[in-house]
Amino acid sequence: MPVDYFTFFGLPRKLNLDIALLEREFYDLSRKLHPDLCARADKREQEWSLEQSSLLNDAYRTLKDPIRRTEYLLRLEGVELEEQSKTATEKARATGEIKKQVVPPDLLEEVFELNMQLEELRMQKKLGEDDPALIEEIGKQKLELEQKHESLSEELKTYWGDWDVLPDNATEENRRKVRDKMVDLLNHRNYIRNLVRDVSDVLEG
Amino acid sequence: MLMATDRIVGIDLGTTNSLVAFMQGESPVVIPGEDGLNLVPSVVALGERDQIIVGNAAHKYLIETPERAVYSIKRLMGRGLEDIREELKLFPFHLAEDLQTGEVLRITLGEKTFTPPEISAFILRQLKRNAERFFNAPVTKAVITVPAYFNDAQRQATKDAGRIAGLEVLRLVNEPTAASLAYGLDKKQNGIVAVYDLGGGTFDISILKLHDGIFEVIATNGDTHLGGDDIDNLLIKIAIDDIRGDFGLDVSRNGEAVATIRKAVIEAKIALSSQPATKLDIDLLDMELPQGKRYQREITRAQFEQLIQPIIDRTVGPCKQALKDAGLKPQQIDEVVLVGGSTRIPKVRALVEELFQRKPHTGLNPDEVVALGAAVQANILGGGSEATENMLLLDVTPLSLGIEVAGGVTDKIILRNSTIPASATQYYTTQIDGQANVAIHVLQGERELAKDCRSLARFDLKGIPPMAAGMPRIEVKFLIDANGILHVSAREQRSGKESEIEVQPSYGLTDDQVESMILDSFDYAEEDFRQRQVIEARNEADTILAALEKGKNGPAWGQLTSDEKKKIAKFEKALVQVKEKDDHPAIRKAIDLLNQGTMRLAELMMDTAVSTALKGKTMYEADTGDGTETGHPVAKADFQ
Repeated sequence: MPVDYFTFFGLPRKLNLDIALLEREFYDLSRKLHPDLCARADKREQEWSLEQSSLLNDAYRTLKDPIRRTEYLLRLEGVELEEQSKTATEKARATGEIKKQVVPPDLLEEVFELNMQLEELRMQKKLGEDDPALIEEIGKQKLELEQKHESLSEELKTYWGDWDVLPDNATEENRRKVRDKMVDLLNHRNYIRNLVRDVSDVLEG
Repeated sequence: MLMATDRIVGIDLGTTNSLVAFMQGESPVVIPGEDGLNLVPSVVALGERDQIIVGNAAHKYLIETPERAVYSIKRLMGRGLEDIREELKLFPFHLAEDLQTGEVLRITLGEKTFTPPEISAFILRQLKRNAERFFNAPVTKAVITVPAYFNDAQRQATKDAGRIAGLEVLRLVNEPTAASLAYGLDKKQNGIVAVYDLGGGTFDISILKLHDGIFEVIATNGDTHLGGDDIDNLLIKIAIDDIRGDFGLDVSRNGEAVATIRKAVIEAKIALSSQPATKLDIDLLDMELPQGKRYQREITRAQFEQLIQPIIDRTVGPCKQALKDAGLKPQQIDEVVLVGGSTRIPKVRALVEELFQRKPHTGLNPDEVVALGAAVQANILGGGSEATENMLLLDVTPLSLGIEVAGGVTDKIILRNSTIPASATQYYTTQIDGQANVAIHVLQGERELAKDCRSLARFDLKGIPPMAAGMPRIEVKFLIDANGILHVSAREQRSGKESEIEVQPSYGLTDDQVESMILDSFDYAEEDFRQRQVIEARNEADTILAALEKGKNGPAWGQLTSDEKKKIAKFEKALVQVKEKDDHPAIRKAIDLLNQGTMRLAELMMDTAVSTALKGKTMYEADTGDGTETGHPVAKADFQ
């Protein structure tokens, strides 16, 4: 079983990370593991280098990004995040299935309204008509959604703190509480991201 | 002195020109060809005796026998018949007539056909030969550059070309990244650098972070079918339309005419980078035109700029996307480096300046910097030197890697701009009881539907132990190596059994095909070798004849007996006659005879110590005595 990314960098499973330090560590390890440094070594050593440097790169790529880091940690904790993912959405779209996608309650009304408007715009586009007011209105909503998306990323960081202060012997229930908050937020965030993408598709399409 | 086997060269295998370079001491230098020129045009022709001609010597064939010559072959590397419809409209590629969809392309030269990797291999072999001539030792290892935006199939095709040419390709390096290595070696500064590389056929933009010798690519983007060629084609089209209008003549199907026009518009394009206007003046005498008619047209720079605007505007999107992917604003870029011949166009420079809000760095030779960077990378791979100590390149994969899932959707498993080597692990299972095979379709690209992405290969996992449906757990590891090339391995976890993988590359040569091409290429290596021996023997003959001519005019000549003079005249005549034949042993023999016959003359010249004559004698001895011919390693290297 390969080591997890936190272990690889010798880090505890915490979410607040010193990115500058991580980068330095990444550069130092690259100087030891990269295949360029083993070009003259035997085949076995080259394969080892390829394996290790790909692990290093995968780990660094995952940990340096706040969202990917959070998702990765949740997965390590046994949480399945697929439901709201882009892949799931696309799969559902392609197969024509209706995806179980829970609309976050605070967005219910907004999403309903937006979907109506999008439908209208699609119709208009099909007919070759152009309604600048509608486009502007949808554009405004898109901007609001993007801002919400942004603010959710900020909010996520407060949960990081909650997670990081959990003692090593925290009960499963306490851990789950923080995990669930993060999962909810990520789902919420992904939902908005997909929505923004749908809006962009219609606007540009 | 390094071992001969350690001499790794850096090669820029370009659309228009190719170069080979190596690290001499602390700085990279380009190795010139026999003609003394650094640039080897990426033109390949089949000569009258079916011999392969590469570079400047092949240029005349483009005009005289266009059906026996090919240029810009890089455009066809790793591509299929269905991808190149546009290309075929604009380029005089002669595809083999029996070509099937799904087959690797084959180009006709005369009566023969070659795949794009084989044609590229001819260019590589020429560069290899240039390097071997330069080192007077075999060269078998190389770093070859590819456009950053090349996909897996295009990279694999380049690697295959290297193998066919008898080169072990230690690394494929992205062209803009290579350029940054040459730039960084020179500058030694930390910061964010953007490399804007507009060459003959491809465009790349790469954004790098330079940090204490680490060259970390943050984002890359591009278009593998955008470059100076497109500008040329636009101008050719205008000229053809003009000629149709002016003379009522359609020359578009006349290969010779198109090649003549192409040459003229390229000259005009180059002139317009330094002049406000230029004149196209094309002699149409050979094109069944009213006698003495010429096609003439003046082009101002303003007109030219207006014409090419739509082409160069196509570089804007990739630049913006790369900035976005890097999470940077234009102001955060510390320097923009220009690479590729097309960045000599003032309008391109203006566009870059506007995009990045700063004057681009133009201090590098845009034609050579990629090859120089490849030489730097070659040096690093060879163990480094004082100059390259601490230098390390961390490149990225330009395109997302995905697999096709239910409904024809692409599931992305390694995202674009991931630092390579990069990997992803996926788990598969079976759908029916006892199922022994699972098929995986691997794709590359950013689009959501599989049909819009580039198909890389279909992998067939075989020999899955019989189990109930859904029971097997097959772990498949996708790994992109430091060359940007994909490797796939699979294991059934419950049995721990390595699954056998059968790969059907969508657009590439199989290993067996490459092996057989390597064997075929030996014929050309031999032919090339023979040709070169003739040329070298001829050159040597000329040197001796010239030395003799000098000797005749010197005081030593008078000291010879008339018998001696007669003998020399006889040998001289024999050499002059045999020299024109393609028979190098005969030329050698004639040289040896003349050599012996002039022995006393040479001695006398030495005695009289006429400095010019002495030079002749030394040259003459060096030419015959250093064993360049017999000791030359080309054939041996190729046959290894």
